[in-house]
Amino acid sequence: MTLDSKIPAGPLANKWTSHKVNSKLINPANKRKYKIIVVGSGLAGGSAAATLSELGYQVECFCYQDSPRRAHSIAAQGGINAAKNYQNDGDSVYRLFYDTIKGGDFRSREANVHRLAEVSTEIIDQCVAQGVPFAREYGGLLDNRSFGGAQVKRTFYARGQTGQQLLIGCYQALEKEIQKGGVKMHPRTEMLDLVVVDGHAKGIVVRNLTTGEITTHAADAVILATGGYGNVFYLSTNAMGCNVMAAFRAHKRGAFFANPCYTQIHPTCIPVSGDYQSKLTLMSESLRNDGRIWVPKSAEDAQAIREGKKTAAEIPEDERDYYLERKYPSFGNLSPRDISSRSAKEVCDEGRGVASTGLGVFLDFADAIKRDGEDAIRARYGNLFQMYEKISGDDPYQVPMKIYPAVHYTMGGLWVDYNLMSNLPGLHVLGEANFSDHGANRLGASALMQGLADGYFVIPSTIAVYLAEQKPGAVTTSHPAFKEAENSVRDRLKSLMDIKGTRSVDSFHRELGLLIWDKCGMARDREGLEEALRRIPEIRNEFWTNVRIPGSANGLNAELEKAGRVADFLEFAEVLCYDALNREESCGGHFRSEHQFTEADPEVQDGRTQPGEAKRHDDQFQYVAAWEHTAPGQAPVLHKEELVFEEVKPSIRSYK
Amino acid sequence: MSHLNLTLKVWRQDNATSEGRIETYEAKEIPTSASFLEMIDIVNERLIRDGEEPIHFDHDCREGICGMCSMTINGIPHSKERGITTCQLHMRKFKDGDTIWIEPFRANAFPVVKDLVVDRSAFDRIIAAGGYISVRTGSAPDAHAIPVPKSDADAAFDAAACIGCGACVAACKNASAMLFVSAKASHLNHLPQGEVEKDQRVLNMVRQMDAEGFGNCTNQFECEAVCPKEISAQHIAKLNRDYLAASAREAVAP
Amino acid sequence: MSALTNSLGSFIKSSIGRKIIVAVTGLALVLFLAGHLTGNLLIYAGQEAFDEYAHFLHTFLHGTGVWIARLGLLVCFGAHLWFTILLTRENKAARKGYAHQATVQAPKSSLIMIWSGLTILAFVIFHLLHFTVRTDAELAKIGAESPWKMVIIGFQNPLVSLFYIIAMTLLCSHLAHGVASIFQTLGLRSNRTAGPIRIFAKAYAAVIYFGFISIPLAILFGYGSDAVK
Repeated sequence: MTLDSKIPAGPLANKWTSHKVNSKLINPANKRKYKIIVVGSGLAGGSAAATLSELGYQVECFCYQDSPRRAHSIAAQGGINAAKNYQNDGDSVYRLFYDTIKGGDFRSREANVHRLAEVSTEIIDQCVAQGVPFAREYGGLLDNRSFGGAQVKRTFYARGQTGQQLLIGCYQALEKEIQKGGVKMHPRTEMLDLVVVDGHAKGIVVRNLTTGEITTHAADAVILATGGYGNVFYLSTNAMGCNVMAAFRAHKRGAFFANPCYTQIHPTCIPVSGDYQSKLTLMSESLRNDGRIWVPKSAEDAQAIREGKKTAAEIPEDERDYYLERKYPSFGNLSPRDISSRSAKEVCDEGRGVASTGLGVFLDFADAIKRDGEDAIRARYGNLFQMYEKISGDDPYQVPMKIYPAVHYTMGGLWVDYNLMSNLPGLHVLGEANFSDHGANRLGASALMQGLADGYFVIPSTIAVYLAEQKPGAVTTSHPAFKEAENSVRDRLKSLMDIKGTRSVDSFHRELGLLIWDKCGMARDREGLEEALRRIPEIRNEFWTNVRIPGSANGLNAELEKAGRVADFLEFAEVLCYDALNREESCGGHFRSEHQFTEADPEVQDGRTQPGEAKRHDDQFQYVAAWEHTAPGQAPVLHKEELVFEEVKPSIRSYK
Repeated sequence: MSHLNLTLKVWRQDNATSEGRIETYEAKEIPTSASFLEMIDIVNERLIRDGEEPIHFDHDCREGICGMCSMTINGIPHSKERGITTCQLHMRKFKDGDTIWIEPFRANAFPVVKDLVVDRSAFDRIIAAGGYISVRTGSAPDAHAIPVPKSDADAAFDAAACIGCGACVAACKNASAMLFVSAKASHLNHLPQGEVEKDQRVLNMVRQMDAEGFGNCTNQFECEAVCPKEISAQHIAKLNRDYLAASAREAVAP
Repeated sequence: MSALTNSLGSFIKSSIGRKIIVAVTGLALVLFLAGHLTGNLLIYAGQEAFDEYAHFLHTFLHGTGVWIARLGLLVCFGAHLWFTILLTRENKAARKGYAHQATVQAPKSSLIMIWSGLTILAFVIFHLLHFTVRTDAELAKIGAESPWKMVIIGFQNPLVSLFYIIAMTLLCSHLAHGVASIFQTLGLRSNRTAGPIRIFAKAYAAVIYFGFISIPLAILFGYGSDAVK
């Protein structure tokens, strides 16, 4: 099967405009005859549901939370990029496009990324009109800050709660449409399967989480905006409920899963403090502007710190290893996310970690406080220091923070074409759930941009391309495919309830997470991945024979909900590892230890990069890896979409 | 790492229609570095092992922003610590041997779904009644077309920080939703973009609030004391003022 | 016209509308208290001044003034009472209590508003029968001659004074929260004014309290006893 990305012809800058001009439209009187299902109510799903309803479509929106306002987009802190050039510092649509392509390590589609940059400006207009309280200057105009991977100030922000404010704007628009009757909202409802009729996605099977009732819903098209799969690692900065189920159910029904090995590890999170830990908390990357990262030079000192026999202050200056400053003198503590994360792992692997678990490095503000004074540091990071103290109990003004990398975002997702439609006709995928715009690595403040671009501006236009070919309401839930899907869902729930084993769902999730973090986390190699691929089926088998789910399926049952999600993670993890194994190169969030620059490489000798950096193999791997599900426990089949760069020439990402 | 042995008094209720009761659990060997919800995770893990049903509670982001976690700890929503949600509470705030009472958010407008889980959809219906600015996607003017004074933008933000958790209602002796409603009205009414629909917004939101069966504000300000985002009750004063003005304008409208 | 009555109807039915009515009627009663206290304090100016003041009240606008004022007060008092009872019933219906109760910052006075209010109601009824309607024939006779003497003799009864002081204590509590609440409910409280409003409300309650209770206390300690022997 060939994957047709349906990228419009013509010059890059005109593709989106000409695509909109050349695409079929559905007249307003006919729009109301079409029904669209939207799963997920975060930035992508919520904005899509609201906008499609404004256009006149009938929308049914589903989310597992008790309110659409709680989707995990809400937790994004930093900001949202847009090529407004309000700062007059040389920004442009092209520059945002270029930065995003380069930031993605040349593994994303030029046409999608350019469209993203184009619509970024409209997002800001839309959000301001909705009442999103972005930071402003005294003149009443919008303020911007700069973010990693860019040399211009193009990030709009609302204190440290940009995601929350954008999501609330989107949620309000959604509630407005719910009131008008255009959207029917189903909170506390989880999608458990996709219904495919004659090769087209035409509906879903859901479980009402409060009553346990299973129902089917038919529509002319289905949109998944169900976020990423970071929780396959168990510990991540994702919300507890984030899961891969909707995407994975679609995958099992025929949708291809693209580039799952591109996972982003954020370098500055609060370290794990014990095996009961449920979640990791991100500390803003901005801390690295003033904090110095170090560990002791000797493993003995590190051990003494871990055991509480020594404090950081007792380690003399010449016994400290400021490893980022040492290895990357020009970027130092501000080295990119992947580099910083991997370096922390290396020093901890050497036994020089300082947190009680051995996994943690110091982020020290002592020098900054000495230089600028405590008040200046408080003004810059007061709320972050407070948050750190609440969680860790340590006062960062007195003792260095401890940080460690954590899974944060997943660039991979269901494969989609330029219209955001997967290879399964009718199934559209938005936001973090698709693979399309960030390549192998996402830049800061770009996730919010992509979610809203997809929902507000892309899908409302591109979904008509599919719908125009469909007779509205042609498929109803009376089609046998619905009964078949519903029965398979019921069987699966029954099987889970009937196991009645001895171990909790969380214990399996934790075991899987540790394995994946270990073997398919910050650095991967063939041996580890092969071992993971051996171990995953073992864990899965034990899960299906020994998990214990108390209570009944007829009502609220958190354990049953988790069990369904973990069961899918146990299958999905294999796809992740197969992809990581297949991609014999290092790029962005995917680092294969076998593929890094060494002193022997000419690129190192001529100074373009340095040893230890990620080494891409454009000649072999300049493609999107889209995986097709075969059978449970069997390797998925790889399909390739070659990436063609017409505008940008792939080069080495250099941080020197 | 030090550990605590605690006694939990937890509200258990099978479903919305059944009678609830307080059950007692021993929480042994709880690490002080665990969060409050992780403490319940540990207790639940043991309940599951012993073949009992775990304690159900709402939670999601576990970083204090989604507003999902909703329990009353020793009579105070999100505990007596100021400016945090339950998920941000850590066990080092407790002492060995403590008895901790854990109950759902209490309000008749928030019916209990199960154990500590309550239904807060009344809040969504209040927002749907008017807590928005009607702007169709794509119809917005340039973001810089209307400058907003920084003080107004900041005031709007202070109100917009609301996470819709419902602690204000749960803490109020009258189960009033005034802090929630006023925060949303104040957020939008402070901005020039929200000016056009201001009167209708206030009238409709307050009518919906009343219809949901929340109580009335008696100016005791328990709400602002427990608000994890420390939203001020001055927004309630503004809502009262805006409501009075909107009612007057509605009464004399041509 | 029907649009207007509809608007007023929904205002009166709404929680905020009812609270505003309570606040406005409360404000009228608070202002009345200030006037009443000022008049009462004339008791220290001596029999003549006090009796003259009483006479003025009864003859103002050929005797209709006092009835206009009484009617106004009755409406305010009645509305204040009626709407607070409605609101309190709604409040009770809105929530079940916690097994483990706690209060964070609500002052005690704010928690007992309905009880302090109902006590004041009982007191007002007694007070009107005592000094206005004058159900005690002997006291009525003295009152017709000199209201000043009537007050002195009335308060020489320790039980009457004790009830009076208890009622004033609850009135003080009621005002400490109520006066501040007027500002909040009428939308006049902000971050800047919150502090001054709180202090003003407490100070006002204290002035009213000490002003009123000074009279029975002074009389119990012998003020005016010579004149009424």
